[in-house]
Amino acid sequence: MMIDREARKLLFETVAHRVIAGADELTDLDRAIGDGDHGINMRRGFEAVLATVDELSTKNLGESLKGVGTTLVMRIGGASGPLYGTLFMSLGKSLEDEVTCERAADAFAAAIEAVKARGKSDVGQKTMLDVLFPVLEVLREGGADMAARLKAAAKVAAEATIPMRAIRGRASFLGERSIGHMDPGARSSALIVDAVADVMEGLA
Amino acid sequence: MSRNVGIVIVSHSADVARGTALMVEQMVGREVPLGWCGGDPGGGLGTSVEAIMRAIEQAWSESGVAILVDLGGAETNSEMAIEMLPEERRDRVVVCNAPVVEGAVMAATEAASGATLEAVRRTAEELTPV
Repeated sequence: MMIDREARKLLFETVAHRVIAGADELTDLDRAIGDGDHGINMRRGFEAVLATVDELSTKNLGESLKGVGTTLVMRIGGASGPLYGTLFMSLGKSLEDEVTCERAADAFAAAIEAVKARGKSDVGQKTMLDVLFPVLEVLREGGADMAARLKAAAKVAAEATIPMRAIRGRASFLGERSIGHMDPGARSSALIVDAVADVMEGLA
Repeated sequence: MSRNVGIVIVSHSADVARGTALMVEQMVGREVPLGWCGGDPGGGLGTSVEAIMRAIEQAWSESGVAILVDLGGAETNSEMAIEMLPEERRDRVVVCNAPVVEGAVMAATEAASGATLEAVRRTAEELTPV
């Protein structure tokens, strides 16, 4: 699949619009177990991406992903800024315009490692990683109906954070009381995966 | 330019960061280069990588800079800010695992004596319960 300038713009715009549309939900989730600013922060970051999307998408896929990452780092604030910024910057380091399933999976695996290092976190701690890992598994499997399976995996994985106890991030202060709420970072990751999958399917 | 290690205070709240900086100044004077920041890029409670980078610049010393942070995002954003510095500066900035107010005062006191970056960090981190 060739990700040309038009496709890059569509991809970044779709992701940004979905995150912005989900901002209130993210804030509500974060109010339950965090400090209630996840939606506000994510909206600010992705509004900044939208504001520069034309310029960002003129560069090749690698450079434009790095540009999105830097924008998120500078504009989101909170811990999500460095975490999502690192995810996009790391993807940008390994992706070229011509994307295959295998290359995407390798790039995504490296990006997950970068996020783990940045957040000093791992799977099973009620974070965005609990969505990113199952998504990587689908990418690794490859095959038909990839987009639909990516969306399904992200949705199930975000919901699976509800019974988890938070080990990292602000929610970990709550200990047992973090159980019973979906992790806001897992939800925002699912929103992003959903948007990317829709662009892949040509629905967006 | 001061040869003493610089101190940067990063809080989610600009008031906390500024108040801490004032305490440091009162206790150790202006012998230690000092930078502080608080608040997210939208002006609310939180931290901003851009503001942290500016604070590091303000407190820059060839002997290095020790950063004191309050809660989670302040640490993550400070580590990100360090990585975005020019390469020759990256190794000379550390985030201390210490309470922000007490840590800043202790670190600055140590820095004022001309201590190395590692000694400044150790002094601040002695305050952290094991």
